[in-house]
Amino acid sequence: MAKRIDVENLDVYYGSFQAVAGVSLVVEPRTVTAFIGPSGCGKSTVLRTLNRMHEVIPGAYATGKVELDGVDLYGPGVDPVAVRRLIGMVFQRPNPFPSMTIYDNVAAGLRLNGTRNKKELDETVERSLVSANLWNEVKDRLSRAGTSLSGGQQQRLCIARAIAVKPDVLLMDEPCSALDPISTLAVEDLIQELKEQYTVVIVTHNMQQASRVSDRTAFFNLEAQGKPGRLVEIDATETIFSNPAKKATEDYITGRFG
Amino acid sequence: MSTTTTTLAAPRGGRRAADGVIRVLVYLSAVVAIVPLVWILVSIVTQGLPAILSASWWTQDLAGTTDRRAGGGALHAIIGTLEIGLVTAVVAVPIAVMGAIFLIEYARGTRWSRIVSFMVDILSGVPSIVAALFIYTLMITLLGLGRSAIAASLALVLLMLPTVLRSTEEMLKLVPDSLREASYALGIPKWKTVVDVVIPTAFSGIATGVILGLARVMGETAPLLILVAYARNLYVSPATSNMGTLPTMINSGRNVAETLPGYERVWGAALTLILLVMGLNLLARGIARASRLKDR
Ligand SMILES: Nc1ncnc2c1ncn2[C@@H]1O[C@H](COP(=O)(O)OP(=O)(O)O)[C@@H](O)[C@H]1O
Ligand SMILES: [Mg+2]
Repeated sequence: MAKRIDVENLDVYYGSFQAVAGVSLVVEPRTVTAFIGPSGCGKSTVLRTLNRMHEVIPGAYATGKVELDGVDLYGPGVDPVAVRRLIGMVFQRPNPFPSMTIYDNVAAGLRLNGTRNKKELDETVERSLVSANLWNEVKDRLSRAGTSLSGGQQQRLCIARAIAVKPDVLLMDEPCSALDPISTLAVEDLIQELKEQYTVVIVTHNMQQASRVSDRTAFFNLEAQGKPGRLVEIDATETIFSNPAKKATEDYITGRFG
Repeated sequence: MSTTTTTLAAPRGGRRAADGVIRVLVYLSAVVAIVPLVWILVSIVTQGLPAILSASWWTQDLAGTTDRRAGGGALHAIIGTLEIGLVTAVVAVPIAVMGAIFLIEYARGTRWSRIVSFMVDILSGVPSIVAALFIYTLMITLLGLGRSAIAASLALVLLMLPTVLRSTEEMLKLVPDSLREASYALGIPKWKTVVDVVIPTAFSGIATGVILGLARVMGETAPLLILVAYARNLYVSPATSNMGTLPTMINSGRNVAETLPGYERVWGAALTLILLVMGLNLLARGIARASRLKDR
């Protein structure tokens, strides 16, 4: 569990449009790394290349290197489906499977990958829901629809679903942007707990959130509309927020950018 | 203050009159549309009811009965219609559903999908008699096979295919991409995502489309007239060249004099066909309701 990611010279495209250029960074195991930056600078795009979800979009591709503990995820013969089993993802909007119960949502990843053992499934579902701080709220109604939960609960359900398959890394794309403040707090606490076992990368547009939950912060920027986004710098979160190396970072952090 | 009162005042003169005229027109059109419908329904129910209320209607065919004699029933035609419908669905549904999956899940936006889509559009505009003549040419003229219930089913397949394919496509389009992505992100391969996430999410819509498509072709008459001979006896084998069905039972009795018992049976067959189609519609609604996951 908990592996290190090395990104080297990553260029990411949507068809002929280059969305991201020349990103190199390291994500340390058992840390939370936050991606911040103005809207459209390619945070989600970079995140989605880390588990090869980017190429799901027709015409989209990436060049460069993404290594998971030294193994190039874009190397020849690497199965993107296998990559996604190692690197899980939580999305901006909660997206539980509407045809499935709470239990089935959490068990989905294991079941669809061939686990039939009832006891193993039960244990995984309970462990994942406990980790996602949702167990106490749903333990008496596991057979209700996943979509019957509130937005915050649905997002925690999606986190439980993602960690049920025991990934090495968990990617989260603005996981709190559709949530109320109380649910946001619950998810932030959860992220703190998750980093004991997982490598976490979180995209957020909320700088307070980045400073609250992350150990390291990467700042992305966009020179101009239509130009590719670039990584400006990545450092310890404290450093980025108190004493950044680059002027652009400081301007963004202090709200003076443009 | 005064501006507020003028804007909130009730409309006067012109606007109120226009509202009245439009209102009357709309109500009138609604009545004009509904009256013939109710009329047809009432006349079929009142004239068909005596026939279908007799016990033999549901248990006997018309073997040995003539238009001049009372008795017998519509069993042969009911079985025939259900059987031809079933064979049609068994052939058409897998092709239509898999075709829709191909178009939406695998070939969306490609040249292939445009070509197939264009063909489906053409097929959905084909009149039933043309579909029947196509199958006639293919199976009877070219292959030298005789007329048969299967031939009629195949013509109905051509009519059912585009409607079910289109409705399935619409239902698959309604499944948000975020669910597909959620599934991929769990390391679930694409085909399993389609089978275990996309189709269950769209299931009630797909099933409703299938049943409504079936209800639609069960009343088609031209393919039955051309491709299978009407029989007054019960035949069950789909390979049979003679098979009674409700539409052709109505057709065969259309010249019977009003005073004869056979006349009543024509109305009975019409009512039975309507009940059958209505039953399928109710079934479609039932499925839509039952497959919704309980929220309590
Ligand atoms: N599906 C897509 N097709 C084409 N361009 C896209 C797509 N998604 C994002 N982009 C473009 O890529 C750039 C980066 O987007 P994104 O990674 O979503 O930014 P962020 O998450 O930082 O707000 C933007 O210019 C955006 O318009
Ligand atoms: Mg984004």
